[in-house]
Amino acid sequence: MSTLVFLEQHGSELQKGSLGVLAKAASLGDGEVAAVIAGENARSLAAEAGKFGATKVWICEDGEAAQPLPQPRVDVVAQVVADGGYDSVLFANSVLAADVAAGLAARLDAGLNWDLVDLELREDELVGTRPALQDSVQVEVGWKATPRLALFRAGSFDATPVGGGDPEIAQVSPSYAPHSTTVKLVGQDAEESSGPSIEDADVIVAGGRGLGSPDNFTLAEELAKALGGAVGATRAVVDAGWYPYSAQIGQTGKTVSPKLYVALGISGAIQHKVGMQSSGTIVAINKDANAPIFEFSDLGVVGDLHAIVPKLTELVRARKS
Amino acid sequence: MRIAVCVKHVPEGPSRIDPQTLRLDRSGEGALNHFDANAVEEALRLKGDTDTEVVVVSLGPQKALDSLRKALAMGADRAVLVSDDAAVGSDLVATSRLLAAALERQEADLVLFGQQASDADGAVLWAAVAERLGRPVVSQAMELSVDAGSVRVKRQTEFGYDTLEAPLPVVVAVSDAINEPRYPSLKGIMGAKKKPQDVLSLAEVGLDPGDAGEPGSRTTVLALGDPPVRADARKIEDDGNAAQAIVDFLAEKRLV
Repeated sequence: MSTLVFLEQHGSELQKGSLGVLAKAASLGDGEVAAVIAGENARSLAAEAGKFGATKVWICEDGEAAQPLPQPRVDVVAQVVADGGYDSVLFANSVLAADVAAGLAARLDAGLNWDLVDLELREDELVGTRPALQDSVQVEVGWKATPRLALFRAGSFDATPVGGGDPEIAQVSPSYAPHSTTVKLVGQDAEESSGPSIEDADVIVAGGRGLGSPDNFTLAEELAKALGGAVGATRAVVDAGWYPYSAQIGQTGKTVSPKLYVALGISGAIQHKVGMQSSGTIVAINKDANAPIFEFSDLGVVGDLHAIVPKLTELVRARKS
Repeated sequence: MRIAVCVKHVPEGPSRIDPQTLRLDRSGEGALNHFDANAVEEALRLKGDTDTEVVVVSLGPQKALDSLRKALAMGADRAVLVSDDAAVGSDLVATSRLLAAALERQEADLVLFGQQASDADGAVLWAAVAERLGRPVVSQAMELSVDAGSVRVKRQTEFGYDTLEAPLPVVVAVSDAINEPRYPSLKGIMGAKKKPQDVLSLAEVGLDPGDAGEPGSRTTVLALGDPPVRADARKIEDDGNAAQAIVDFLAEKRLV
């Protein structure tokens, strides 16, 4: 097995999710594991890839890859697959990575299995595991030919350094398909957050539309404080201006997996679910008994959060003192 | 201008996988994938009162026409369905190949997709189709405008909001934050039946059986199993003591 892992960089950091996939690939312990990094700081990030198990890192610092857009990366990864002869290419899911993986699948006519949560090598066969049908079943999937493309659910594997040394570095500079370079990023609104990122919090109390009004976020804040955690928000309330984007959890926000996730007035739509579904324990309070969130929470409470949460906060404080 | 919207007819209600074929059981009732309704709505919004043509395109069984008719009832002008037994069981490689072949014939300036398919939970099709069409692609669009031969898109990623521009022809995948799809009016529903609905076989889009279904696919489903269950999941109704019940639960799990 000869594996290439797509490492996503943002700013001057490699994304944890993709480092987790790299560590997983290294742990399969079969054959070479290489990584590819495309973007302005690629070279400076190569050494870190080594720590997570890459013995070789392909870097591309072309101007075409400077913007965080998927299509030039299809050209880059396709070139690396050809140059390095890789039979498997692994991605950690993100808005960018999904578009790269799918574009690559079409470019190479290569099978792509997505939403994977695990990967196993059985004899010479690569087998992926994924939940399906709103997580009601577990499916084992495979590939009929190489190269095999795999897109893993965000947060599937912990980014634990495996203690690798300095990797070999190779530069790649592909020719870019005409359609790859016509999208232009003309503006970016990155909300900088002050304070610790919610991604590192052990406890998150998240609020959704069911809170009723932006003022009611104080309920979430008080409970979070009592539990020693951070506050999260759904896309719906962030879009409505109730809470800052830095707290947004979900497909186009952060992916979190705290020990405890308390969901207040959150329906549990799929775009939110994918951002918190691997939390250790999920407690949901919602007055709608049919809210989808009850299908994947450990403790579902059907009731009025405005009555329950203040009491809950008081009880937690009392317990802790 | 011509806008093509790719839509999918998905099983309605709880889905199941047939344990024999390891494929999704599509024999029951189906409906227009609700995320695709956003894409249809966006096309109609861009069309407005102009003579822009909105054509909805789908790949599926004959009854997928029901979903296409819903889009026609919302206001789309024409429907194209690629329906062929040989296409059953197509994976991403095969599906994107079929859709691209159907779309080539439409020569649309703008191809729209919805956020994901509620059955396969796949959010990958548009990028594969765009690659096959040789077009730029922008995903997660929450605002879309067309002006002077290019699109301007505001999208949300994990890091914030991006504004992007791309020249036509282009593929854009819209997020469900972009709009609220309209309900078809009675007039729309009645009028839908008269609008052109073409059903095409593989051969009619220039493909062979080997390009589709299992022979055309590069991935397989090997086995079906039970999901890892959240052990001891509980659901309670507040009888005035919910707060205490929650604290007790958290204490049990040593979370507080």
